[in-house]
Amino acid sequence: MATGRIVIDVERCKGCELCLEACPQDVISLADTFNAKGYRPALLADPNHACTGCALCAVVCPDACITVFRDVPTPKAQVALEV
Amino acid sequence: MATLTADITEKLVYQRPDALADLYTHYCPGCTHGTAHRLVAEVLSELGMQEDAVLVASVGCSVFSYKYFDVDAAEAAHGRACAMATGVKRVNPDKIVFTYQGDGDLASIGLAETMHAAIRGENITVIFLNNAIYGMTGGQMAPTTLPGQHTTSSPFGRDIKLTGNPIHIAEILGSIPGTAYSVRRSMHDARHVIQAKKAIQTAFEAQQKGLGFSVVELLSSCPTNWKMTPNEALSWVRDNMVPTYPLGDYKVHEELQSKRGRGR
Ligand SMILES: Cc1ncc(C[n+]2csc(CCOP(=O)(O)OP(=O)(O)O)c2C)c(N)n1
Ligand code: SF4
Ligand code: SF4
Ligand code: SF4
Repeated sequence: MATGRIVIDVERCKGCELCLEACPQDVISLADTFNAKGYRPALLADPNHACTGCALCAVVCPDACITVFRDVPTPKAQVALEV
Repeated sequence: MATLTADITEKLVYQRPDALADLYTHYCPGCTHGTAHRLVAEVLSELGMQEDAVLVASVGCSVFSYKYFDVDAAEAAHGRACAMATGVKRVNPDKIVFTYQGDGDLASIGLAETMHAAIRGENITVIFLNNAIYGMTGGQMAPTTLPGQHTTSSPFGRDIKLTGNPIHIAEILGSIPGTAYSVRRSMHDARHVIQAKKAIQTAFEAQQKGLGFSVVELLSSCPTNWKMTPNEALSWVRDNMVPTYPLGDYKVHEELQSKRGRGR
């Protein structure tokens, strides 16, 4: 199964929950905090890396605030992660 | 600070389209006006039409759409978008001219302008949002309101004996010879949003080929005036609007036959 991740523009998000309903992996939830407009933005809560990068969340988002990435396993590529 | 290496890289699968301006919209949370904006912007970006597109915005909740799309635009008086688009296209035949209209704007006050643009076979594209209500003015009954639907001007439910039956725009415009493309799609879940985008793409291609009038009716939600959560409103579109307004292709020009929608 493919894996991926999403990045949500929290200031643009209106907390409408359409992406929560659309996500087959159930890895999106609403934050407990508020953004500048007073909405509780969506966030990716995916400790087991279950997101598949299917982009269905982005397809339904009325505010175009979701960017989707899909992992591409390439044995040669080395990505440096700063911890 | 340690440096880890991993044998994984990633590719970008989806990002906000360039043809949407970098602004926050005033639409209510979960309103499908936003979804429709996104789809139109994606299509304009993908077809390379952003530079040549001219939007004729209408009156309704989408009255500021001329700001939200990063394309040239003009604002029409209530209902007059198809008339104004006719003029814009006739003086600028090389531009891709489209209107973005709600059901109050297109099917009520602007019905004559819309019908006659199709009858004249104007080579313009119409994005028509049917949310079964007047959203901007506080949720009054529209010609598209469902029988029995409660609105602020039909508080006991729409009485069809008194106010008639819902108007089926995609079918009516599809019956006109000047129309090259007339379809109805919905935006109530991801699968249908993807189908809606394909139809919007075909409508713009119809104009590019000079085939005549093209229109996509999009079944839409108004969570605020329907007094529902955004997800409840999408379920209401699926359960109540789709049975009243069947999804389908009502006119597909012979040069577009390969673009027919599959399934519902
Ligand atoms: C000449 C004129 N008559 C009436 C109005 C009031 N008015 C503003 S928007 C609107 C209807 C909007 O409904 P719709 O087109 O369905 O768009 P929505 O707000 O639902 O997106 C009306 C009647 C107006 N602005 N101008
Ligand atoms: S669909 Fe978009 S606006 Fe709605 S909660 Fe998800 S990210 Fe936020
Ligand atoms: S990309 Fe797919 S799996 Fe990942 S959060 Fe979005 S809908 Fe869920
Ligand atoms: S009033 Fe209805 S149509 Fe207008 S922005 Fe709000 S939800 Fe959308």
